[in-house]
Amino acid sequence: MTAPQYDVIVIGAGVTGLSSAWWLARDGLRVLVLDKGTIGAEASSRNGGGASHYQSPLFAEEQRLWPMMDDLLGYPTEHQAERVIIATNQHDLDHYHFIASNCDEMGWRVDRIDAATARAMVPIAGDNCLGGIHFRFGGHANPQRTVQAFGWALQDHGGRIIQHCPVTAITTAGGQVTGVDTPQGHFSCGALVVAAGPQIAGLLAPLGIAVPLMAGRAEMIVTEPAPLMRLGGVDGNGLYGRQTLRGNLAFGGGPHEWIDTQPSGPRARPTTPLARNLARRVAELFPKAAHLHVIRSWAGIVENTPDGRPILDRIDNLVIATMSGVGFGLSPATGHAVRDLVVDGACSFTDIAKLSLARFAALESDWRERRGWLPLVDA
Amino acid sequence: MTDAIRDSHAIDGKIATPDEVHDVVVVGAGAAGLAAALTAARAGRQVVLIDEHPVSPALVGNDVPLWFGGRATAALQAPERVLETLVENEPLIGECFEAGVDVRLGTVAWGLWRNRDGSAALPRAMLGLADSTRSWTAGFATLVLATGARDCALGFAGWDQPGVMGALAFETLVTRYDAFAGQRVVVLGSGDLALATARLAEARGIAVAALIEVRDSVQGSGTLPKAAVLIDHQLIRAEGGINGVERVLVADAAGHERVIACDTVIMAVDAVPAIELAEVAGAPQTAAGEVLPGVWMAGAATGSSADAAAQGRAVMARALGQDVAIPAADASFDRMAYRAEWLRALVATSPDTTKVCQCEEVSRADLIGVQPPQYLPRPDKLGARSLATLLDDGPPDPEQVKRLTRAGMGVCQGRRCREQISLLLAMAANLPPAGAPRGNWRVPVRPVPLGILADWHETPAMTAGWDVWFGIATQWIPYADIGTEAETRKLATLAGSMHI
Repeated sequence: MTAPQYDVIVIGAGVTGLSSAWWLARDGLRVLVLDKGTIGAEASSRNGGGASHYQSPLFAEEQRLWPMMDDLLGYPTEHQAERVIIATNQHDLDHYHFIASNCDEMGWRVDRIDAATARAMVPIAGDNCLGGIHFRFGGHANPQRTVQAFGWALQDHGGRIIQHCPVTAITTAGGQVTGVDTPQGHFSCGALVVAAGPQIAGLLAPLGIAVPLMAGRAEMIVTEPAPLMRLGGVDGNGLYGRQTLRGNLAFGGGPHEWIDTQPSGPRARPTTPLARNLARRVAELFPKAAHLHVIRSWAGIVENTPDGRPILDRIDNLVIATMSGVGFGLSPATGHAVRDLVVDGACSFTDIAKLSLARFAALESDWRERRGWLPLVDA
Repeated sequence: MTDAIRDSHAIDGKIATPDEVHDVVVVGAGAAGLAAALTAARAGRQVVLIDEHPVSPALVGNDVPLWFGGRATAALQAPERVLETLVENEPLIGECFEAGVDVRLGTVAWGLWRNRDGSAALPRAMLGLADSTRSWTAGFATLVLATGARDCALGFAGWDQPGVMGALAFETLVTRYDAFAGQRVVVLGSGDLALATARLAEARGIAVAALIEVRDSVQGSGTLPKAAVLIDHQLIRAEGGINGVERVLVADAAGHERVIACDTVIMAVDAVPAIELAEVAGAPQTAAGEVLPGVWMAGAATGSSADAAAQGRAVMARALGQDVAIPAADASFDRMAYRAEWLRALVATSPDTTKVCQCEEVSRADLIGVQPPQYLPRPDKLGARSLATLLDDGPPDPEQVKRLTRAGMGVCQGRRCREQISLLLAMAANLPPAGAPRGNWRVPVRPVPLGILADWHETPAMTAGWDVWFGIATQWIPYADIGTEAETRKLATLAGSMHI
């Protein structure tokens, strides 16, 4: 029996797949990443860049890693620490204080800030600002730059990326994955990581592995640059987003649209007049920036599991990695966890047992209908 | 049969029906749009004609929608007066009024949506419109996009100063606004557009110092202007002072340089069809005719106004169900090859520190090097990365290059750089000019202020169902709480919407 061409093949050149591949290549493993399109072309580069997901078991490791990612990768990610959430009404303020109490419980420092402090930190906030909370942790980074940095750093460690190369089948022998078929031929591997976002379910179904996922389309808008604020990570009023280092205000939020996806991925990512509802909320959040021009909007396709939590699991020499719509900020730690699963069989730095695929063993076959997670039909 | 369960946080039913619905909407009151609107009105149809001019001074300053190059006069600061001037200068607008067309000037069409692959959220196809005070949506039975063309900008040394502008912006300021601030111009190019530009200037008493042509013959077939066409010449650079251009330096084939005094350089090498609205609605192609169900493109974009008017009439006649042929645009001249030849000539005479993207201050070297913007660190490893190494990974992708370098991401929405970026990427990848990869357009296709774009009257369902992310409460439960009493308690608090 000949040795496989690659120690590990990763399907999906999104931020989860590339971080995983980078961690594996740093260990000296021979790694190949395959993608149906280009690096980070889907949700990995189309998100708000947030890195403050304290609920995740990966969060502490993420927080440890982010400040050193530019040095570890060798390329800039635009990572900025900390975050402010400001309230424009009492309901939101109560809500943010509740979030703060959760963070207190977990040992993450949060300052409750009054309206004057909030307005000092966020000069484009208005008279409607009632105060908010200041995370002394978390932060944000530039999604496109980060995913490209993971890709380049992977290549610098000898890893290989083939774009425009969809996996058409996963080959197995004796219950073990042996490789993948693609239009460019068969590639053999010792282990396989499937981090293909919404396409994970379709890739694994032929192996008899059911991964419950539903894809949704979400939208964002971005303005021309505003003067730089002390902290770029500012949101509230039903929005997520950030001020980029260039000064642009990039924000998303609001209703998603459940969509069918094909194995080849989404055929288009249209936007809707939701841009107007987003603009309204940004204008309410930042009244002193209401004159800024909106210059772009875009949509991204993200997958969700039935409980909205990741699946990070290993079945024989196969690792499944979906972050269920919250993948970008956690990506430095996710790659570490996947590396551990592939190499050691278990995550070394945190418990991820509750993220197993097995939790869905008893899931109803009509789980989408039960949640109303169904594509719209054009009338 | 029971009612299906609905996800209250999904978009279902939240996008409002359009604020107004019309029989026929025509976007663009140039020659094609005016002819189309009159054709429909005279056929007894209800017609709304929309035109973004007069454009707000803020947008003119940002070179949107045309490359005004800082050569508009202060007349633009008086919008009511400009509006009167526009109407006085175009008799067909008066005819439209008389024919019962609902003419809306100073109104911009910034979005066009329809249900298609990837979205079925709309009650019907609709336009996004805005004026200086508000935005709204409009449905239509028939939509004619007579959006004409925009300027094609190619950079050279000194092009990023006031006084360097596009031929269409010049024509607009002269013929529509009466608000051109220059007195002595140099025209770049000698094709039909350049010849028409020079003739227009001369007819209006604006001195034309020269036309510059990199090829060895005059390219256009129209009447020659009085000014000299300097064939086989290179543009070395434009020089000037605080008020912009004061002279250009050119060289003949033998390398002899000379200085030409002027206050304005008009780039008239080419114009680019304004296909933004059709593209964001997912039109597979944008030739004159029906490009999507009920959506028509009209206007030769780069031909004469008579050609455009004929096409506008024909397209509307077809849209009204008549069996008439739509005259095709003249495609005998290889415009992409001409554009590419001009760009190569300008690249040859300018340092690679020349800006490609003025908004984001991206130089040609940084574009080809795929280097991040100046406010980011440039670690050593980045020096080893370039467009060449990106090309090892796949074909040139303008979106990827754009997001890494920020070229094209500024407030002019790439109007001054997309054509040159596209051609520079094609050159780097050894692709023919016609195969140059193009960056895409996004809504809003014109910059619109947040407070204007905002929907201040959204549907109650939108307000009630709004969530920051997908509204999946269990997504935000701290990991340690999963499966504990704390999870139950937190899910009950604030309906579980706990995330940031």
